[in-house]
Amino acid sequence: MSADIAHELQAKGEERVEARGTRVRLVLGMGPATALAGVAWALLQPWRLTLLHPHGQGFWWLLAEPPLYVALVGVLFRWVIAPGLVADLEAEE
Amino acid sequence: MIVAGIEPQAEMVHWWFATGVLILGLLFVAETIVGKEVWARRPWRRYLWPGTLFLLGVLMWPVMALYTNSMIHMVAHGSWAQVLMLSGAAELGVARGKLHSQYWRLTTAAAMLVSGTAFLVHEQNGWYFARAAFLHHALGWTLIGASVFPIAQAIRPRSLVAATGFACTFLVIAVLLYSDRDTAAIFGHFSQFAGLPHR
Repeated sequence: MSADIAHELQAKGEERVEARGTRVRLVLGMGPATALAGVAWALLQPWRLTLLHPHGQGFWWLLAEPPLYVALVGVLFRWVIAPGLVADLEAEE
Repeated sequence: MIVAGIEPQAEMVHWWFATGVLILGLLFVAETIVGKEVWARRPWRRYLWPGTLFLLGVLMWPVMALYTNSMIHMVAHGSWAQVLMLSGAAELGVARGKLHSQYWRLTTAAAMLVSGTAFLVHEQNGWYFARAAFLHHALGWTLIGASVFPIAQAIRPRSLVAATGFACTFLVIAVLLYSDRDTAAIFGHFSQFAGLPHR
């Protein structure tokens, strides 16, 4: 194999590794980004969290906590979906 | 008829469905990032979003039965239930390998077109009547406009633009549904006929 071809193959391999690294970072970042969006929403609109002022609230109002739902979805994605995806991305190698 | 105090309010139901749609959106984005081959490496993952789509369709039936403010509401909710289940079932069939044609993705386009039309038809008030009215119009046109993405995916299954657009559509829908309040202002507009506003 000539040196030129070897260099070209090495460069292509590095590009693939870099692209995979970016994808891994994106997958790992999606959950925390979603959870952060939920926390930011709770800070910006604390009245949407009835748990912060539960007195006099009914069952459904105490159950309905949209910012918490968003944060929870982010956490679940990070714990349940992301690890397997990252493992499979790395196994693709 | 809504039985006050026993049933959750309509806005809460919207937030719960927003959570389901947000989950779908994240799954679609993740699938777009890693690619279909990596996504399909684990069998359970193949069924994840079609199953969620089907479940949302099933859960729409109690909404149809319990939130029947009018005939048009019942027809709208019933049609959503049917098209969501149809789309979910078709995608489950594709995931299982029972269905092979790429054109089954057109059922999702049909679901979005029917859902969008139902949103627009069952909203009797103008855009700035109240926030709920604005969101119904916005959701309706978003769904109708975004139905171009599953159509593009049916024609070109590997199109990254179509997959990204499709995934982002669900995130936008989730944000719109989370923004819903039964009676609230929209950009400073609130009709005197809409009831008592709250934040």
